Amino acid sequence: MSSNSVPEIGPSTPYFAGHFEDVDQKIESDILGMWLFLAQEIMFFGGLFTAYSVYRHAYPDIFQLGADQLNYLMGAGNTMFLLISSLTMAMTVYYTQHGQFRKQLLCFLATMIFGSLFLVVKYFEYKEKWDHGLVPGLNWDPHTVDFAAANLTSPPENLKLYFILYFTMTGLHALHMVIGIGIGIAIFINMLLWKKYGPNRYMAVEMFGFYWHFVDIVWVFLFPLIYLI
Amino acid sequence: MAVVADRQIIHETEIRPRHYLNVNHSFWSWFFTTDHKRIAMLYLGTITVFFLMGGVFALLFRLELMTPEGDLFQADTYNRFFTLHGVLMIFFFLVPSIPATLGNFLLPIMVGCRDLAFPKVNLASYWIFVFAGMFGVGMLASGGVDTGWTFYAPLSTHYSNTSVFMAAMAAFFAGFASILTGVNFIVTVHKMRAPGLTWFRLPLFVWAQYATGIIMMLGTPVIAITLFLVALERVWGVGIFDPAHGGDPVLFQHMFWFYSHPAVYIMILPGFGVISEVIACFSRNKIFGYHFIAFSSLAIAVLGFFVWGHHMFIAGQSVYTGVVFSLITMLVAVPSAIKVFNWTATFYGGNVTLESPMLYAIGFMGLFTVGGLTGLFLAAMGMDVPLHDTYFVVAHFHYVMVGGMVMAFMAGLHFWWPKMTGRMYPEFIAKFNAVIVFLGFNATFFPQFILGWLGMPRRYHAYPEEWQVLNVMSTAGATILGFGFTLAIAYFIWSLFYGERAGNNPWGAKGLEWTIESPPTTHNFHHIPTVTEDPYNYTGREEVNVQQ
Ligand SMILES: [Cu+2]
Repeated sequence: MSSNSVPEIGPSTPYFAGHFEDVDQKIESDILGMWLFLAQEIMFFGGLFTAYSVYRHAYPDIFQLGADQLNYLMGAGNTMFLLISSLTMAMTVYYTQHGQFRKQLLCFLATMIFGSLFLVVKYFEYKEKWDHGLVPGLNWDPHTVDFAAANLTSPPENLKLYFILYFTMTGLHALHMVIGIGIGIAIFINMLLWKKYGPNRYMAVEMFGFYWHFVDIVWVFLFPLIYLI
Repeated sequence: MAVVADRQIIHETEIRPRHYLNVNHSFWSWFFTTDHKRIAMLYLGTITVFFLMGGVFALLFRLELMTPEGDLFQADTYNRFFTLHGVLMIFFFLVPSIPATLGNFLLPIMVGCRDLAFPKVNLASYWIFVFAGMFGVGMLASGGVDTGWTFYAPLSTHYSNTSVFMAAMAAFFAGFASILTGVNFIVTVHKMRAPGLTWFRLPLFVWAQYATGIIMMLGTPVIAITLFLVALERVWGVGIFDPAHGGDPVLFQHMFWFYSHPAVYIMILPGFGVISEVIACFSRNKIFGYHFIAFSSLAIAVLGFFVWGHHMFIAGQSVYTGVVFSLITMLVAVPSAIKVFNWTATFYGGNVTLESPMLYAIGFMGLFTVGGLTGLFLAAMGMDVPLHDTYFVVAHFHYVMVGGMVMAFMAGLHFWWPKMTGRMYPEFIAKFNAVIVFLGFNATFFPQFILGWLGMPRRYHAYPEEWQVLNVMSTAGATILGFGFTLAIAYFIWSLFYGERAGNNPWGAKGLEWTIESPPTTHNFHHIPTVTEDPYNYTGREEVNVQQ
């Protein structure tokens, strides 16, 4: 409704779209909407976690063998990156609400950098799996896996199942990271060029924070399930 | 707050002579609008197209079933027809039907605000739906699907050589359209209510949409990820649900029905909401048991998540699991019956008149009751063994989906059409048509109960000769039904151009939507109303029937 929206001036102008009655209504709606969106995300990943649990229960030895093929140091490093980025994200929201634009900008930049580092490491991890022939359907030739030593009771063929789940779960998580960084860049440009977000207008930043923390939390569950146990 | 005051002045000066339909005629103003009313109309047009496509496939396979031999179409073609009918009708018509059209149009007006909480998300929902529809069209163009709408593995993942990928993606994206609608509704009901509009002053239509929104939000992501895995399995030729590769096909069924049973309530709850409005209006009576009807919607939404196993009694699920699912399934009958009893009680002491929306609503009550009661047959584990996968099941869910939801949709469309378009349709033809649809429906599906009881399995294109009479009856009924729906579409379109002007409140109904212009202005209200009375403040027998 461009006809009746309030003009966007700067970080101190209370902003809300024309169909809201006041700023509080907009803020409350945004927060509730974001929580519901995240509830939806939980159900989405929940389906994958269910499939993971069922197959882990069916083929414990295969999952053991699969986890042995992963580079847990890379996984641990990535966990660090995401936890740090969550901290800087929380600080970004704090500094936005308190109008400290320099710190806001630096913290948000750090968040984006640590998020990107995560994806870089992810790239090298995926590349390693490709070189070892551990990508089911595209390049499956597990020449580095010592099936004999693993003493499997389930068919060795089922290792594919583990790696499909590995790629689907981490891949969808990485996709969420990519989307997050994409939106993050747009927010960053707004911060840098127009100081758009401040004490009176911080919802976009805070909502982005919700999303970012959620994606981090998904990883916090993925890391132990896939790499460690 | 100064800003608010400024905005109200803007509303008063700019919008008086125009309404949402004629405010702007450009392509852009329609297809990229954020006005919930325009989006509702876009959805209405789009799902009508899918409804007609799904209907044509139904008529085609009913034609095949006129004769016992499989003579008109090959078995493979027949499989595609019933699958396409199912996929189109469920994902592209029934799921979005009432929420995305009537819900989209009316929910913000009924809660007394200017738009849904997230208008751009609403527009995104429509475009995601269109995007999904393109996969749907792609699915048709590439030869269709033959797995049944249930996509059971490993047929869908490995053995079928039709375009399962397209179909799965179509349903996947249509799901996200539905999630966004659900989230939008929930937030709107929580945060956008007008002053004085407490939860228990909300129309029951809003309660029903709210309960539907919960299911859309929590159920749909699960089918999305399930179909995503199926698509992945097909494209990469890997095994997730295929037992030949260590997968578990029963896991697919669990994940599929975890959504697809609650989806039944996505398809019927909004219908309950419409019926509550229509019955109260044409009985000129306060709805009986308001709180019971409101909470029974929530009860159905919650219970609906714990009954999916009743689709798997003979799929290798343990007997004890089956018993639990069977019991919870029967529990769902309680809130459903509460609704029907309360609607019936609303007639009592009222001044009942039989306008066309009311005819559809009364038809709904009878047909839904039959559909619900036969559901109890199928919920009983012992009964389910012989009845499973027979025409009894087909008849049961069509009594709920068509006899329930489509009848309710028709009731709602006839009831709010004057509000949405500002025009009246020809009431006499509409009444006549309500009877046609009711008769055609029963002629189509009642014989299928008998056929199923006699043991005719679903999804075959040939059958023994002794079942021909009943099958011919069913096909004849389907033709009548098809005629009825076509006639309705025809007079609705006619009314857009030649219909009488409706006025603001042609039915003398209560509710915020009847206090504003027909069709409403873009911002719905000139001033946000303050609500001071309970809904359905009809006075029963004393009131003289207004107008008409
Ligand atoms: Cu069910």
